[in-house]
Amino acid sequence: MDKGTWTVKSGLAQMLKGGVIMDVTNADQAKIAEDAGAVAVMALERIPADIRAQGGVARMSNPKMIKEIMANVTIPVMAKCRIGHLAEAQILEFLGVDFIDESEVLTPADEKYHVDKWQFKAPFVCGCRELAEALRRIAEGAAMIRTKGEPGTGNIVEAVRHMRTVISEINQIKILGEDELVIKAKEMGVPVDLLVYIHKKGKLPVPNFAAGGIATPADASLMMQLGAESVFVGSGIFKSEDPAERATAIVMATTNYDNPDIVAKASEKLAGAMPGLEISEIPEGSIMQDRGW
Amino acid sequence: MKKRVGVLALQGDFHRHIQSLEKLQIPSKAVRWPDDLSDCDALILPGGESTTFMNLMNQTGLTEAICEFGQKKPLMGTCAGLIVLATEVVNNHIDPLGLIDLRVERNAYGRQINSFSEKIQIPSFTDQPKFEAVFIRAPKIIALGKGTEALGFYLDQVVMARNERVLAATFHPELTRDHRIHDFFYREFVERN
Repeated sequence: MDKGTWTVKSGLAQMLKGGVIMDVTNADQAKIAEDAGAVAVMALERIPADIRAQGGVARMSNPKMIKEIMANVTIPVMAKCRIGHLAEAQILEFLGVDFIDESEVLTPADEKYHVDKWQFKAPFVCGCRELAEALRRIAEGAAMIRTKGEPGTGNIVEAVRHMRTVISEINQIKILGEDELVIKAKEMGVPVDLLVYIHKKGKLPVPNFAAGGIATPADASLMMQLGAESVFVGSGIFKSEDPAERATAIVMATTNYDNPDIVAKASEKLAGAMPGLEISEIPEGSIMQDRGW
Repeated sequence: MKKRVGVLALQGDFHRHIQSLEKLQIPSKAVRWPDDLSDCDALILPGGESTTFMNLMNQTGLTEAICEFGQKKPLMGTCAGLIVLATEVVNNHIDPLGLIDLRVERNAYGRQINSFSEKIQIPSFTDQPKFEAVFIRAPKIIALGKGTEALGFYLDQVVMARNERVLAATFHPELTRDHRIHDFFYREFVERN
């Protein structure tokens, strides 16, 4: 019996495609998310908008709180560790968390190394702003990639920038000559074999999801149309005025992202979205997407 | 003329099923709404999250549409798809369609950390009965009801079963390059229907 293999890790990422992964801070919210049709929940003590507002060092959530959420839903449960904090990752794996997010939403623990994800049986998801960053995380063993966006802002612009950048860079790799790939890999600081894969297949070798600033059904539809295979909604649901309705509507819009009629109907009944934050108004030290490299 | 196999495309790894069908040169179609079933000769329910499937199926009218479709046309379900087609899920609040008489337990091998792949036995594949099966947070078949026949085995567990029109597996044949189960479904269920 083979456990924790690449087939098994990337297999779960495949099952989460076309769905919505929602941030939750307690068992009640997790239940609301599951009932609304979430494919997984992200268990964390403070959602990104609160981390941003409160400041200080953001760490892995309390294991007790993660266990309570795991006990209350049947869908997969994800949780975040700090970038490079392999001990937090070990704890999350021990708890039986289904997917570990090595996340820039938390304060990085290591300024040089990310977690060596090949050492774990649990699959990892990591954020990226561009193709080289995505390929470095995949080289370290990530089974899923997501855009970083700018978490906790309710502002989609950074996630769009990151998704557009990744897709555009993939397109550029596709048209290179095979003899150009080695030098390109050197320039990008990524393994050649991953670049050869991109050149041949025209896509990442793992699912590519969107995260960071998604607040409305239309945001979800936009990210799916730009090439995302699923969406993470962090602060957008439980910082809104109508979490249950909004969660249901974003699920419907993600499945039917290419059908404006359905996205319009899903949006109709909603009250106010979370208050948004203009990126230029964020103090430089509080930009989360610059964490990790 | 080849028959067309629909793949429920609400969420999950439906694209992998479509790829398996393409490899076998079987026409396919993504199904999201009841109307999409009108030109399908069969339907595959993929892997994914069964609660998400049921939620969206109930909102779109697909629950009734698939039940009606299943009275005449063949269906195949893998993992979450098997749960949706079963008669009873012992540890979940979802109300499955009951198109194959199976009692199932969701996430029966544990969480993702216990997901695994292993060679299973499918005796009806007489030339090569071993099949590399990928089990992702997989369900277990606890009991087979009347008219349900066991087809695939892992240890003492039934992992693939059929009745007259439904083929169901607790694992993911769409995640490997071995397309014999899709081929079997097409030949034994779709073509003969």
